[in-house]
Amino acid sequence: MDHVATAGHHAHEEILPFWRKYLFSQDHKTIGIQYGLTSLVFLLFGFTLMMLMRWQLAYPGQPIPFVGQWFGEANAPGGVMVPEFYNQLGAMHGTIMVFLGVVPLAVGAFGNYIIPLQIGAPDMAFPKLNAASYWSYFTGGVVMLSSFFVPGGAANSGWTSYAPLSTIATQGQTWWLLGMIFLITSSLLGSVNIIVTIIQLRAKGMNFMRFPFFVWAQLVTSFLLLLAFPPLEAAGVMQLMDRVVGTSFFMPSGLVVAGQPLTNSGGGSPVLWQHLFWFLAHPEVYVLILPAMGIVAEVIANNTRKPLWGYKSIVYATIFLGFMSFIVWAHHMFLTGMGTTISAFFQTTTMIISIPSVVILTALVLSLYGGSIRFTTPMLFATAFLPMFGIGGLTGLPLGLAPTDIHLHDTYYVIGHFHYVVAPGTIFALFAGIYHWFPKVTGHRMNESLGKIHFWGSLVSINFIFMPMFIQGLAGVSRRLYDGGQQYAHAQGVLYLNQVMSIAAWTLFVFQLPFIFNFFWSIWKGEKSSDNPWDATTLEWQTPTPPGHGNFLIEPVVYRTPYEYSVPNASKDFTPQTEPEKA
Amino acid sequence: MQIPYTVAPRQDTGLFNAKLGIWLFLASEVMLFGALFSSLVLLRTGAPEWPHGWDHLDWKLATFNTIVLISSSVTMVMAWASLMMKDFSKFRIYLGGTILLALLFLVVKYFEYTHEFHLGIFPSTSAFFAVYFTMTGLHGLHILGGIIVNGYLWGPGARMWKTDPARFTNRIEIAGLYWHFVDLVWIFLFPVLYLL
Repeated sequence: MDHVATAGHHAHEEILPFWRKYLFSQDHKTIGIQYGLTSLVFLLFGFTLMMLMRWQLAYPGQPIPFVGQWFGEANAPGGVMVPEFYNQLGAMHGTIMVFLGVVPLAVGAFGNYIIPLQIGAPDMAFPKLNAASYWSYFTGGVVMLSSFFVPGGAANSGWTSYAPLSTIATQGQTWWLLGMIFLITSSLLGSVNIIVTIIQLRAKGMNFMRFPFFVWAQLVTSFLLLLAFPPLEAAGVMQLMDRVVGTSFFMPSGLVVAGQPLTNSGGGSPVLWQHLFWFLAHPEVYVLILPAMGIVAEVIANNTRKPLWGYKSIVYATIFLGFMSFIVWAHHMFLTGMGTTISAFFQTTTMIISIPSVVILTALVLSLYGGSIRFTTPMLFATAFLPMFGIGGLTGLPLGLAPTDIHLHDTYYVIGHFHYVVAPGTIFALFAGIYHWFPKVTGHRMNESLGKIHFWGSLVSINFIFMPMFIQGLAGVSRRLYDGGQQYAHAQGVLYLNQVMSIAAWTLFVFQLPFIFNFFWSIWKGEKSSDNPWDATTLEWQTPTPPGHGNFLIEPVVYRTPYEYSVPNASKDFTPQTEPEKA
Repeated sequence: MQIPYTVAPRQDTGLFNAKLGIWLFLASEVMLFGALFSSLVLLRTGAPEWPHGWDHLDWKLATFNTIVLISSSVTMVMAWASLMMKDFSKFRIYLGGTILLALLFLVVKYFEYTHEFHLGIFPSTSAFFAVYFTMTGLHGLHILGGIIVNGYLWGPGARMWKTDPARFTNRIEIAGLYWHFVDLVWIFLFPVLYLL
């Protein structure tokens, strides 16, 4: 594409009506922004559900202040949350955070917006599929939200929807399944699109070892989404059959519910659901974490002004991680009593998969060594990711071994473990990404002071939420208690922590307000940004700001590896990938 | 703005975009049906007794249907081959044949289902019939999807032959790959459900 053709296209772009340009756009950048805004709203919504639950856990039986009367007599008579409503909030918090919040933000938004720019492509390979993917995601989200208003409320069998509880649950579960089918379709379309784009639309000279690590992370992530989600779709179809036409895929024989024997044929297997669910949901953990590692790698290389330490080992570790993630799923199921041989297999694979994770994290930590670090807001978030993810990862090891897992599995320890991975881990990395790429997307920088308030407030309060969970969990507090453990013998010594955690959760919300304000204020009023405000080397910073339809003014040609910072004898401390080698 | 490699293959990968796309899609389909087959294995090995398909299902109709689907795969290849030889009218005949054979498959399946319903056999009857109806039903939906795509390419979609014949030929190839996959699923379903 030459300069004139692009300019011609800009003229064409002007005449698109509003709804074509912003609503049903096929431009990867607009779709990325749509994904980003929608998923941020869902993140806030999922967080709100949790803030309500935290009230019940800290002050069980007391009316929820301010908003208690909004939920109706069925859910919260007199403002006091009933257990059924608590279960809905719990199930939907998990579902929304994972499937509607973090993954769409990490893959749908960042993947869509950044990948074509970083590999030097004019757009995604299939723009129409890309739009279809977003609208399928949106529909799935609407279905999920609508389920709060059906009789019996939303799904209330946990985000894992274990059978047979989910099979006999209220109507909301059927809506959950339908919503999931839309979300799985969206992820299928998105992952095919991302893989094809990365493999086919690379710019001239962009061979695989010149990819920014972010692109590698997204490539492996997309393969996980592509291959791990269909078994959950199959399981969803089977559970739908169980619920709607009365089959017994997951229903054992002779089940008695509320004193009444069920009339279904039986012969099904509840553990089968767990296998199919975790066959998705373990790779899903890496879907949550790999894009985050990709963002952190970009931000760290840029802000330490030196190449990533061990780029190749990170890449190979990521590929290995992707393969291994398909054969560790049953470590979520040690409590099912599936036999020592199978347990031994999954314990071994789980110990093996921790190795590539440690390789990646170690390489990122070593990348800091000897750098002249700029502590910008994105860098603060990326740096904090390292120890936070480290805590999340290391606390996972006892859960990967059956003897310790059997003690810890149903306690708050597990909640603390995976939230360290996903909340101060992945979500911090996503914040880093937002602050990092915001200038490219909007042409304005976000305010640094507000960013630092957001960062320090979030870092402190989030640790006060999740660290006490380890203490409660080790004390043996069950993670499925509606009253936070008031009537639970093991919990008495650590009950006071409920209030600490709840107050920390609400404080965390308060510290998101500067971010929300900063985000919208900076779109219009933020300091104007140049095309390459961070002096970065990768291709996305070689585009106009914000990039027009078709992205690049001249077709980019790549001559270098992604992170050529502080090259000896170079005229400046960064050498863009497009800069030819001197003869 | 033009997206590269929509028609001509990229030199280093040897693929045009949609071809890689359809293979990835089929990989995910393998995982979908793979999960169902695995569930069948798990339920069957865990069951105290499991009926033989031929005792309850009409294996003769299913054999006929197998032949119908394999024939439709042959006509699908011929449709693509006709386009490669620039013979559009033959392409119309072969692709039309594929669509009619696919419809015939569904009609036969409809008679099978209604016959079973008349005998009082439903998905809720037993684990075996739950598997049978779910898997053949999902496969039937894939057949229906194929009919819609092929119908579009036979009718309004065929206008592309005038404007961009290379791209249209690619599309038929892609649709064909999908169709062969759907056929292949049946070739696994037939013995597993009717003959074991």
